[in-house]
Amino acid sequence: MVNWIWLGMIALSVIVGAANGRVQQVTEAAFTGAQTGVTVCFGLISILVFWMGLMKIAEASGIVRRLSLLMAPVVRWLFPDVPKDHPALGYILSNMSANLLGLGNAATPMGIRAMQELQKLNPNPAVATPAMCTLLALNTASITIVPTTLIAIRMNFGSAHPADIIGPTLLATAISTGAAIAADRWYRRRQPGSPPVQPPSPSSSGRQAAGPPASF
Amino acid sequence: MVAALHALSAWAIPMFIVLIPLVAAFRKVPVYETFVDGAKDGFQTAIGIIPHLVGMMTAIAMFRASGAMDMLIGWIAPLFSALGIPAEVLPLGLLRPITGAGSLAFATDLIKTYGPDSLIGRIASVVQGSTDTTLYVVTVYFGAVGIRNARYALKVGLFSDAVGFFAAIFACWLLF
Repeated sequence: MVNWIWLGMIALSVIVGAANGRVQQVTEAAFTGAQTGVTVCFGLISILVFWMGLMKIAEASGIVRRLSLLMAPVVRWLFPDVPKDHPALGYILSNMSANLLGLGNAATPMGIRAMQELQKLNPNPAVATPAMCTLLALNTASITIVPTTLIAIRMNFGSAHPADIIGPTLLATAISTGAAIAADRWYRRRQPGSPPVQPPSPSSSGRQAAGPPASF
Repeated sequence: MVAALHALSAWAIPMFIVLIPLVAAFRKVPVYETFVDGAKDGFQTAIGIIPHLVGMMTAIAMFRASGAMDMLIGWIAPLFSALGIPAEVLPLGLLRPITGAGSLAFATDLIKTYGPDSLIGRIASVVQGSTDTTLYVVTVYFGAVGIRNARYALKVGLFSDAVGFFAAIFACWLLF
């Protein structure tokens, strides 16, 4: 799909440029565009190096794990069909915590490990389970606290307040995550043969309510 | 609420910079060595996106210079101006779920063209910063475990992308 978009843009540029008598400008733009790409990346190096260094400290100090513990009740509500001491929950929590902190690179391996654990609970390995769909929905719309790369780009172009997008980003992602969870629940209920989202039946509730929280 | 989000924007970074190493040092983490270790990844990431950004920024610059972008925006503008939304940001909203590097290049182009502190520049920043590339996430996460039938996952992802796009515009309109 990206292939076609890219090819389409270049082909259309030349065709439309020719029609508008702007072939010369299109040619120049190709080279200045390439130059901008490199310049932007060099501008990003400083802030990405700094931020990812800081985030490594956050990871090593156990801050990510602590955040996971805070979110445990939310995750049990979101994934009612995953047994409460299953290893998948630990990876889901790490994945969500890393996303929350904008640790995209750390979040992806955690998310893949979570998927692998969820796959072990899957009766039909070629078809996604509702829990897998929920995990995916959370990852496509994840709440973000610090959009590092965008702050770096804004600094690069001389913004007076590069970080002032943090508030609106948090608000926007809170809304989109809410929408993702609602849509996921809606589809999950309509899906034939999927486990119910209702609380556990009285016969199993005693076991569900008691005991220590799952280990992460 | 608005004042609180503004304060959050101003204080989030300084708080992170001070609190994270303090907590880590308190827990006996070798902070400087850990920092350097993680910083190497940041360097790799920045270098790794150069080819993507060069490819996409070239295409976007050509698209803009040829006049094709103005035509596209001209078609969308009436619909969007009725809603009070700058039409320039729509292509970014369409690109965001499909390609991360491509939409990053597009957002960068908008920030460069209109200025980082303009409304368009801010909307571009928030749209790009607030969602992930749905097609990439579906491919990577489901590809890793061999899922071929994604059921409703893609629909949910794209729906939340659309909500996120308009929420980003709403948030900028509310807070700036």
